[in-house]
Amino acid sequence: MIPEIGHYALVLALLLAIVQSSVPMIGAARGNAAWMELGRTAAYGQLLMVGTAFAALTYAYVVSDFSVLNVVQNSHSAKPMLYKVSGVWGNHEGSLVLWVLMLALFGAAVAWFGGNLPPSLKARVLGVQGMIGVGFLIFMLATSNPFIRVFPVPADGNDLNPLLQDPGLAFHPPFLYLGYVGFSLAFSFAAAALIEGRVDPAWGRWVRPWTLVAWSSLTLGIGMGSWWAYYELGWGGWWFWDPVENASLLPWLAGTALLHSAIVVEKRDALKTWTVLLAILTFTLSLVGTFLVRSGVLTSVHAFAVDPERGVAILILLLLATGGGLLLYAMRASSLKVGGLFAPVSREGALVLNNLLLSVACAVVLIGTLYPLLLDSMTGQKISVGAPFFNATFVPLMIPLVAVMAVGPLLAWKRGDLAGALGRLKFAALVTVVCVLWALYINGVKPVMALVGIAMAAWAFFGAVAELADRVKLFRIPLGQSWDRAKGLPRGAWGTTLSHAGLGIAIAGMVGTSAWLTEDIRVMNIGDTASVAGYEFTLEKVESGRVDNYTTETGTFLVSSGGDFVARLHPEQRWYPVARMETTEAAIHTTFYSDLYAVLGDRSEQGEGWVVRIYHHPLVPWIWFGAIVMVLGGLVSLSDRRFRLGVPVRRAAKAPAAAAQPAE
Amino acid sequence: MKRLIPLLLALTLAAPALAVMPDERLADPALEARAREISKELRCLVCQNQSIDDSNAPLARDLRVLVRERLTAGDSNEEALDYIHARYGDFVLLRPPVKPETWALWFGPAVVLVLAGAGSAFYLHRRRREVETTAAAPLTADEERRLEAMMAGGDDENNRGHAGNTGDTARL
Amino acid sequence: MPRLILFVPFALFLVLVGYFAVGLTRDPSELPSALIDQPVPQFELPPVQENGQGLATADLKGGVQLVNVFASWCAPCRIEHPLLMRLAKEEGVTIHGIAYKDKPQDSQRFLAQLGNPYQRIGADLDGRIGIEWGVYGVPETYIVDAEGRIRYRHVGPLMPFDLDEKILPLIRELQK
Repeated sequence: MIPEIGHYALVLALLLAIVQSSVPMIGAARGNAAWMELGRTAAYGQLLMVGTAFAALTYAYVVSDFSVLNVVQNSHSAKPMLYKVSGVWGNHEGSLVLWVLMLALFGAAVAWFGGNLPPSLKARVLGVQGMIGVGFLIFMLATSNPFIRVFPVPADGNDLNPLLQDPGLAFHPPFLYLGYVGFSLAFSFAAAALIEGRVDPAWGRWVRPWTLVAWSSLTLGIGMGSWWAYYELGWGGWWFWDPVENASLLPWLAGTALLHSAIVVEKRDALKTWTVLLAILTFTLSLVGTFLVRSGVLTSVHAFAVDPERGVAILILLLLATGGGLLLYAMRASSLKVGGLFAPVSREGALVLNNLLLSVACAVVLIGTLYPLLLDSMTGQKISVGAPFFNATFVPLMIPLVAVMAVGPLLAWKRGDLAGALGRLKFAALVTVVCVLWALYINGVKPVMALVGIAMAAWAFFGAVAELADRVKLFRIPLGQSWDRAKGLPRGAWGTTLSHAGLGIAIAGMVGTSAWLTEDIRVMNIGDTASVAGYEFTLEKVESGRVDNYTTETGTFLVSSGGDFVARLHPEQRWYPVARMETTEAAIHTTFYSDLYAVLGDRSEQGEGWVVRIYHHPLVPWIWFGAIVMVLGGLVSLSDRRFRLGVPVRRAAKAPAAAAQPAE
Repeated sequence: MKRLIPLLLALTLAAPALAVMPDERLADPALEARAREISKELRCLVCQNQSIDDSNAPLARDLRVLVRERLTAGDSNEEALDYIHARYGDFVLLRPPVKPETWALWFGPAVVLVLAGAGSAFYLHRRRREVETTAAAPLTADEERRLEAMMAGGDDENNRGHAGNTGDTARL
Repeated sequence: MPRLILFVPFALFLVLVGYFAVGLTRDPSELPSALIDQPVPQFELPPVQENGQGLATADLKGGVQLVNVFASWCAPCRIEHPLLMRLAKEEGVTIHGIAYKDKPQDSQRFLAQLGNPYQRIGADLDGRIGIEWGVYGVPETYIVDAEGRIRYRHVGPLMPFDLDEKILPLIRELQK
C-alpha cells in the first residue's frame, strides 16, 4: 500500500509541476497576480508530494519491504539501520527521488523566502524551476520508477554494495545533489531574468545566497567523497581525476566562478551578460555530470547500472534545459543593459581574472574528461586521459588564480591601487618565503613543484589573513579598536577570509601528501616491527570477529616514536557474505600535521604473516580541514545581513537598489 | 564518487590484493621509485579507472612485475612505457601521446586560455576606455588626500565595497 | 555586442550533444587491439596435454586461423565454447587455443567436459604471452591471416551474431 501511495504522489507531483511551469509564466506575461501567485502554491504542493514519495520509499527500506524491486536490489534485512536509510539514495532510482525532492525543496524555498522578489520575477523563477521538475519527474516515472513491485516476494535482498555501507558515503550523495540541484535555482533565475529582459544589482543579490548554499553543499560533498576514497580504498589516494570525480568538479569550478561574478553584478552592475551565461552553464555542467555518470558513455564504471535508454532520457533533458536556456540567452542577452565601468586594475578586474582562470580550468577538465568520448565518436580510436594530463594542464592554472586571490580583495572597486595592495601584502609575502624555506629545510629541494605548492598555500592563507588584518587596521590602531572593527565587519567579509584561507589550508594538505608521502609495504608476523617516517609500528595481534552483516579480521598495531607510545591502530578487513565482497578499513591516527595510516591485507601467499601497508601522509588532514573551513566561510557569508531572506523588510523593498556609489 | 565496479571486479577475482605487493618490489630503491612512477602512467585495462599502480587486478600486477623486469634489464622509463604501449595501444597510456588526433586535447587548453584572455582583455579595455571618458582622469593629489581621509574615517565600506548601504536592508 | 556571438554557446552545446548521442551508441570498454595488421608476436608455448602440441609463432602461418585465449576458471569461456566447437566441426575453421593462467590439468578437465575445438593449445602459465598479444581479459579471439598477421580481435565471449556478422565473413574474405 505504502509504495503505491509513493508512486501516486509522484504522479501528483508531476501534475503540480506542470501547473507550476505554465500558469505563473502566463500570469507573469499578462500581469495576472492570481496566476502568478499560483506558482507558490504549486511549489509547496510539489514539495509535499515528492516528500511523501521519498518518505514512502524510505519506509519501504526501513521495514525491508522486499515486495519492492528497488529494495530487493539494494538492501538486506541484516543491514544496520543507517545503511538501510542511505540505501535509498545508493542507487539510480532512489537517488533520482532525492534529486527531485531537492528540486522541489529549492522551489518551495523560493516561494517561502522570496517575499522581496518582484512578483513577476518570482513567478518566472518558479515557472522555470517547475519545468526542470517536469522533466525529471517524467524521466523518473517513465524509465526509473523506484516503486515497481516484484512477485513472488524474495526472502531477502541483494544487499547494498558494501563500499557504500560507510558513514562517509552515506551522506556524500545528498550533499552533492544539494549542490547540483541548488545550481538549478541559479539557472532558473538566469532564465527568468532573460525573459524579463533585466538583470540588475538586486538580481545579483538574490542569486548569490542560493549559489552560496549550492556551492557550500557541493564543496562539502566533494570533500566527503575524497575523504571516503582516502580511508576506504586503502592506500590514501584522495583524488584520481576519474570521470566521475571530474563530473562533480566541473560544476564546482563553474559555481565558484559564478559566486564571484555575481558579486560584480551586485556591487557594480557589470559583467551581467557573462554572469547569466555562467549561471546557465553551471547547472548545465551539473546535468552533464549526471549524464556522464549514469549513461555509460565514458569508461567510468560506477555502482549505477548503466543503461543507454537512461542515457537517452538524460540527454533529452539536457538538450531541453540547456538548449532552451542557451537559446533564450542568444535571443535575449543583448537586451541586458551594459553596466558599471572600471579600470583593469580594480576589484572588478581581479574578479574578471578570477572568472577567466576558473572558466579555463573548467574547460580544461571538460576537454580532458570528454576527449576520449569525442575521439572515439569521430575515429573509433580509444585513448585515456588520466591524472598525468590533468596535473600538467589544470595545476598550472591554479598558480595565477591563487596569486590573484590574495591581491583581489585588497583592491578598491572601480579603480584599484596595485602597488598599495601589494604593499599591504608584504607580511604575507614574508611569511610565504619563510614557509618555503622551512619546507626546503625539512624536505630538500625535490620535488620543486612541492615548493611552488607550499608557496601557493601560504600565500593564499596569509594573504587572506593579511586582508582581514588590513580591514581591522590590526597593529595600526589600538587593539581594542581593531576588535570593535572586527565585530563590525560584515559577515560576507569574514566569509571571504575563511574560504580563501581554507583553500590555502587545503592546498597545503594536497601538496604535502603528494610530495612527501612515505610508505612501507611488507609481510609482517605477530611481533614484527616496521619503521616509517620515524614511527615504529609493531603488529601485536590479529583477531577475527563478526558484526551485523559482515565478518572481520582486525589487526592491532602499537605505534611508538622514540620509545614513546603514540597510538594503537586497528585496521580491518571485512567480508560481506551476501554481496560476496571484501573491503578494507584503514586505521588512521591523525596528528595535527600528518596521518599515520595502516592497512591490514591478506595473509601472505607464503602463508606466514600478513601483507601490511603503512603510510605516513604529511599534512593530509589539512585537505579536509581546509574544505570544512571553506564551507564554513560559505555559511558565514550566507548569514550576512543582506542575505537574510524572508525577514520581513520594514520598508518596502527598493528593488532594484541603486548600484553602490563609488567613492569619489 | 564511485570507483566501485573496478573494485567489484577486482574483488570477484580471487582474493583481493591491494595494489603493489611486498614481493613485487625491487631491492634497489631508485629502480623501485622509477617503477612506481611508470606504474602511475599506465592505465589498468581490467578496471579501467585506475592506474596499474593502484589496481588490484591480476593483469595490473603482471604488468607491474613486467615493468620492473624491463627496468632491471636496463630499459629507460621511456623504453619500458613503449614496450607496453606497443602491445596495448594508446589506451594504456594515461598521458595520451601527442599526435594529430590529440592536438586538440594538448593544445586546446592553451587555445581556450588565449581566446578567453583576449576576450577578457577586450572587455576590460572597453570598460576602461569608458571609465576614462566618463569618469575623471587619475586622481589629483588633493583627491588622493581626501580619499585617504575617507578611508581613515572608517567609511571604507563604499570603497571596499561591502555590505550596508544597498538600500533595502533596514537596520533593525 | 554583435548578436551573432551570443549564439556561440548554443552552437557549441549542440555539437557536444551530437557527440554525446554518438557516444551512447558505443561501448567504451571495448578496446581495439594494438596489433591489428601486425605479425603475431614471437612466442613459444608448451602443450597443455602430455602428448599434445604446443603453440608457437611458426604455427600461425600458411592459412587463416583463429587463436582463442581461454581458461577453465573463466565463466564466459564456458558460454562461448559450444560456438567454437561449431566453428571447428561444421565450418572447418582451424582454431588454436592459448590457455591463459590455467593449470594444465584444469584445462584438460575443461576440454574433456566440453569438447576440444583446438588443433594446438599453448599453456600460458604465467600470462606473459598474453601480454605479448595484448590480452586484457579472457576470452579473447584473434583472426590470423595466411601471412601470420593479426587481422581482427574479438573481446569477450563470442555470440552467434558475432560469428555470422563478423568472424565468418572475415575468414571467408581472407581465404580468397
